[in-house]
Amino acid sequence: MSPEHREYLKKLKRRGLFIHASRIGLLLLAALLWELAGRVGAVDPFIVSSPTRVVKTLVSLARAGELLPHIFATFAECTAGFLLGTAAGVLAAVLLWFCPILERVLDPYLVVLNALPKIALGPILIVWVGAGAEAIIVMALLVSTVVTVMQVLAGFLENGRDKGQLMRSLGATRMQTFSKAVLPASVPAIMSALKISVGMSWVGVIVGEYLVSKRGLGYLIVYGGQVFKLDLVMASIAVLCALAAVMYYAVAAVEAMASKKF
Amino acid sequence: MNAEITASLEGVSLTYHEPGSETRAVEGLDLAVKKGELLSIVGPSGCGKTTVLKLLTGLSAPTRGRVRVLGTEPEKALPRIGYMLQRDELLEWRTIEKNVLLGLEIRGELTGETRKKALELLKKYGLGEFAGRRPSQLSGGMRQRAALVRTLAFSPELLLLDEPFSALDYQTRLILEDEVRGIIKQGGYTAVLVTHDISEAIAMGDRVAVFSARPAHVKREFCVDISGSALERRGKPGFSELFDLIWKELKTDEPGA
Repeated sequence: MSPEHREYLKKLKRRGLFIHASRIGLLLLAALLWELAGRVGAVDPFIVSSPTRVVKTLVSLARAGELLPHIFATFAECTAGFLLGTAAGVLAAVLLWFCPILERVLDPYLVVLNALPKIALGPILIVWVGAGAEAIIVMALLVSTVVTVMQVLAGFLENGRDKGQLMRSLGATRMQTFSKAVLPASVPAIMSALKISVGMSWVGVIVGEYLVSKRGLGYLIVYGGQVFKLDLVMASIAVLCALAAVMYYAVAAVEAMASKKF
Repeated sequence: MNAEITASLEGVSLTYHEPGSETRAVEGLDLAVKKGELLSIVGPSGCGKTTVLKLLTGLSAPTRGRVRVLGTEPEKALPRIGYMLQRDELLEWRTIEKNVLLGLEIRGELTGETRKKALELLKKYGLGEFAGRRPSQLSGGMRQRAALVRTLAFSPELLLLDEPFSALDYQTRLILEDEVRGIIKQGGYTAVLVTHDISEAIAMGDRVAVFSARPAHVKREFCVDISGSALERRGKPGFSELFDLIWKELKTDEPGA
């Protein structure tokens, strides 16, 4: 290794460290300003809360044994909605790829379903599946499925065009074209659809909890707002941020593993 | 000479239908490929050269006329035809070895014996040590060679080459022309090469069929009586004369000429 290359690698590492430090620094700075603004009386902590009040709220919730059940409820609903939603979405995309006529016929319906704010279906869901966890999961599923279908189908169609000629020239059946070329070539498209739909599932779950729930982070947020406990609202949002980030990075890690293979 | 005919098109016409337009791609086309011959097809771009290959594989059906390949209908002959595309289309997630075996796999002919034969072909064409690599680790020329081995691996009786070098840089292209002609002649393959490059058509082919602009038919056929490999042929007497003849033949077709 030449000295120049070593120097280059060092520089690269330094820059990486700088970026990480800046990210953490930015968060701490924002928290500090938030805290100070309340302390010096620039804003009213009763309305905007403050980092110390958020931490206190979380600690007292945890002490009362309430925090974990709420987190678990939301996390479980989101995971279920995400897994069911993406599975249904990918399956639907596969079906549509195998039936081009069906794809053409259903295209405008997909577009409308995609444009429709799924929240509007909330009251119907409550009537159909009950005002419980099921309604929340179905909401998350609905929000994530349509995006998944559209993204994954677009990937299938594009790769089908690219690899289709080769596979036809080798005498492949449509099934072989799919399993040996289109599906593996679409792994990156599927992975990026997963990253979008994991975020969508959180939207679905929180909206679902706003509508029906007696527990979960979405419930805590609505409840906190109603009784003017802004500390509770802020604390729930902070936990939500952390959870959503963890799940996103988990999907990103799966994507990184898949991209090594495909 | 009364050589065996491997593939033939007799009075073939083909019209493509699209909303708002109707394209006569091929009209009154007569063409025959003799066994063991390398036939080059050259013509203006978009003249329907690729359409001829599609007709030979049965991927397109003629509106009129008759297509016979390997003594049968094109669709029935498809499993015995090797089609080499413009882009190598190697599957990125498969190793070179697995890419080369793809055709055998699809046909359900992957046995220990056919695998061995395919790997021997890889070695023979200088890709032996790259069998375990991914396509992205190979140069453009090597990738196209791997694509050729993929085509040869299932022992096709007719090779169709659709501008297989057009995506390569000039130097690689010359080298590959030379290699591929060598491989085809040594292996005794029957092949049809479609190209828009006159010198490539002459350097590679035993015979050159010059196509007209759309709707395509054969304007004239030339025998290439120049010995040697594709590279050697380019420097031999007769090459540039033939080039000029074909050039003139193509030029009379250009709009405004």
